[in-house]
Amino acid sequence: MTTLDAKQTQKDAKLPQKVSVRGLNFFYGDLQALKNVSLPLYAKRVTAFIGPSGCGKSTLLRVLNRMYDLYPNQRAEGEVVLDGENILRPGQDLNILRARVGMVFQKPTPFPMSVYDNIAFGVRLYERIPKSELDDRVEAALRSAALWPEVKDNLKASGLSLSGGQQQRLCIARTVAIEPEIILLDEPCSALDPISTAKIEELIDELKENYTIAIVTHNMQQAARVSDYTAFMYIGELIEFGVTGQMFTSPANKRTQNYITGRFG
Amino acid sequence: MADVTIGNVASGRAQDRFRMLRWLRVQDNGFRLLTMSAALTVLLILGGVIGSLAIGSFPAFKAFGFGFFAIESWNPVTEKFGALPAIYGTMATSVIAMFFAVPLRLGIAIFLTELCPDVLRRPIGVAIELLAGIPSIIYGIWGLFVFAPFLQKTVQPALIGAFANVPVLSSLFAGPPYGIGILTAGFILAIMVLPFVASVSRDVFDTVPAVLKESAYACGCTTWEVIYAIVIPYTRVGVIGGVMLALGRALGETMAVTFVIGNSHRISSSLLAPGATIASSIANEFTEAEGALYTSSLIALGLILFLMTFVILALARYLLMRLERQGGE
Amino acid sequence: MALYQQRRRANAISLALCYAATLFGLSWLVIILVELFVQGIGSLSLSVFAQMTPPPGSAGGLANAIVGSLIITILGVAIGAPLGLLAGTYMAEYGRFTKLTFVVRFINDILLSAPSIVIGLFIYEVMVARVGHFSGYAGAFALAVIVVPVVVRTTEDMLRLVPDSLREAASALGLPRSHVIGKVAYRAARAGLITGVLLAVARVSGETAPLLFTALNNQFFSADLNAPMASLPAVIFQFALSPYKNWQQLAWTGALIITLAVLALSIAARALGAERTPK
Repeated sequence: MTTLDAKQTQKDAKLPQKVSVRGLNFFYGDLQALKNVSLPLYAKRVTAFIGPSGCGKSTLLRVLNRMYDLYPNQRAEGEVVLDGENILRPGQDLNILRARVGMVFQKPTPFPMSVYDNIAFGVRLYERIPKSELDDRVEAALRSAALWPEVKDNLKASGLSLSGGQQQRLCIARTVAIEPEIILLDEPCSALDPISTAKIEELIDELKENYTIAIVTHNMQQAARVSDYTAFMYIGELIEFGVTGQMFTSPANKRTQNYITGRFG
Repeated sequence: MADVTIGNVASGRAQDRFRMLRWLRVQDNGFRLLTMSAALTVLLILGGVIGSLAIGSFPAFKAFGFGFFAIESWNPVTEKFGALPAIYGTMATSVIAMFFAVPLRLGIAIFLTELCPDVLRRPIGVAIELLAGIPSIIYGIWGLFVFAPFLQKTVQPALIGAFANVPVLSSLFAGPPYGIGILTAGFILAIMVLPFVASVSRDVFDTVPAVLKESAYACGCTTWEVIYAIVIPYTRVGVIGGVMLALGRALGETMAVTFVIGNSHRISSSLLAPGATIASSIANEFTEAEGALYTSSLIALGLILFLMTFVILALARYLLMRLERQGGE
Repeated sequence: MALYQQRRRANAISLALCYAATLFGLSWLVIILVELFVQGIGSLSLSVFAQMTPPPGSAGGLANAIVGSLIITILGVAIGAPLGLLAGTYMAEYGRFTKLTFVVRFINDILLSAPSIVIGLFIYEVMVARVGHFSGYAGAFALAVIVVPVVVRTTEDMLRLVPDSLREAASALGLPRSHVIGKVAYRAARAGLITGVLLAVARVSGETAPLLFTALNNQFFSADLNAPMASLPAVIFQFALSPYKNWQQLAWTGALIITLAVLALSIAARALGAERTPK
């Protein structure tokens, strides 16, 4: 697991920002869940969102692929700029956005179909390719999720027949198969045992070579292991954002320090 | 019931208590027996229905044997009865009803669960449930006085004309336009079962976990794709169970059909011709049936109908039970 | 991108079809109700409730039919509801996990949707054929058989909603089982149980088929349960199928009366159920 040091940070300050959140406010009905949040997501880096329950980290994640749009009483104000375009604008095509920004959920959600179809489903949404090519794509996706050796003999089995850790990796494979640019992970390991968790953390390390990753986690040690940058949030506000190594050894903000040392949360 | 050890039996209060506890125990057992026999009565009712139908239909089966199912004639004068036209009519109207009702109810259920603006959801849902309670005889008289004449003047001549030269379909839609008939009865049946099954489907669709739908949206699926690829396969068992429930009701429906079926015991290849269903035959003819064989044949029809619906409803129940269990996983 | 356009089009078309299906399905129901009102309201006046069913061609009302319906329905519910309540109580309380309950529940749900005309045949065989004549009693029993499954279902569901902690608290006080049920569970589920009975009444009010050959019908006013008795549905059935204009008109009015009664009962049942759900 490599985390960046200060020198790298200086170079990163000139790194392209894949996503830039600017002045984001979010409301559930009348309740304001995010207050004026601004932060960058650097390209091909892993950014972790940490904080106590209710701080808004999952809410923030779900703004990035406009998942909240499904629910009429939730709304967002501000800007989220992806490659120069504000994805919060009314004219933004949501399906295209979600093809570029994939999401893995807390609870593994394999579709009610075979393992093969779970992956192929996503591919078929965007491309018409012959079966042999489809087979290759499915295999590639399963390999990149480190699941291929375990399922290759039984691709017809239902996605629901896999174990919890395997199901979650299936979901990751499904997301990767669509070839997004950004992958959002919402507490992906909280429902899994330690061995599966370790496997997925390895996976994240490999995936970041090709994808920009944002991960919400309750587990600070996981954030420290896995991410390059960390954002600490508290009751809807962004308290501190910085290089992971630095945040965990010498955080600038007192509240960050209290949280990290376990004084609350 | 804990037993009370009486210290001093001679003490009056202790004796009173003892007596009261014994009385309570009698009450308890009595109540228990009472409720249990009530539950058993439900089984008795079922047994009674099947038994009495079997006994009543025995003469008919004795006279006609298994040919009863195959004979097409229905002649009170010569006392020759066959169940075939009635069975055909029952199945034909039910199939037509399903043909219309299934897509409609899926559409309504999808609308209610995915598309409907929140404000309207409850009122429409409540309205549908209230409509489910409208007595079937209403549909019957509406069909007879309003719908059938309407069909006779407009739709049926159009159908006959449209398919006049098409090889197979021309006999399916052959005239003359009576207004009443199998197609009419089937359509009215469809409207009748619609409220009931729409709410069943809606409940079934609601069992899909939100997180699963969100995953599909996160892949960039359109609303229709989420429904088609996720919601329906997930609830597949429940949807089929609902269809069978609807079918069970349609088969046994009497009043909505009796008014518009035409009561003709003949099998015709045209859907526009009059026919008969088991339920309509019994309703129309039972009180005027003279002769033991006539009555017995009608009862035999009733037995057939009951067995048909029993099988289908049992299957539907079984499938819906499977869905409930699956939802727990 | 062509694929994407295709998907969007498929989405738009399919969703439009769903809207259309809803509109189509619901509008037929609206059409029927409107027609019912328009036709039936014409004759709806006090005379309908006051006068007897007339011979063809002359004026009259539906008094004997209405009274007959009331008598038969009330009697049927009086027989069927307690039976259903007790059976449901057994299933929810004493025999919650027994095999008997499982079987009874299964059978009950089938009876719930069984063709009502077959129930009529059953009662005919058992009561009418034996005694030799049609009677109001037979009609009441036929309705009772239809009432029982409805009440069993709702009773069991409602009683199961009552939390066990309530029952345990009562038992801890020393109350015997029957009293726990009678005084605690019933009271907690009271609203739901009444709702169930109201729903059952709504259901049987419109049933025609089971009455056709049990209570038959009666031209004249009769409150004698041991003889054929008029009922609204049976009268509607007879009048509607006849060629006489005034009879047909009365059939519409009778249908309107039944529909209003059923709707009122359903609304009352829902209001009651929503007001006080057992906590």
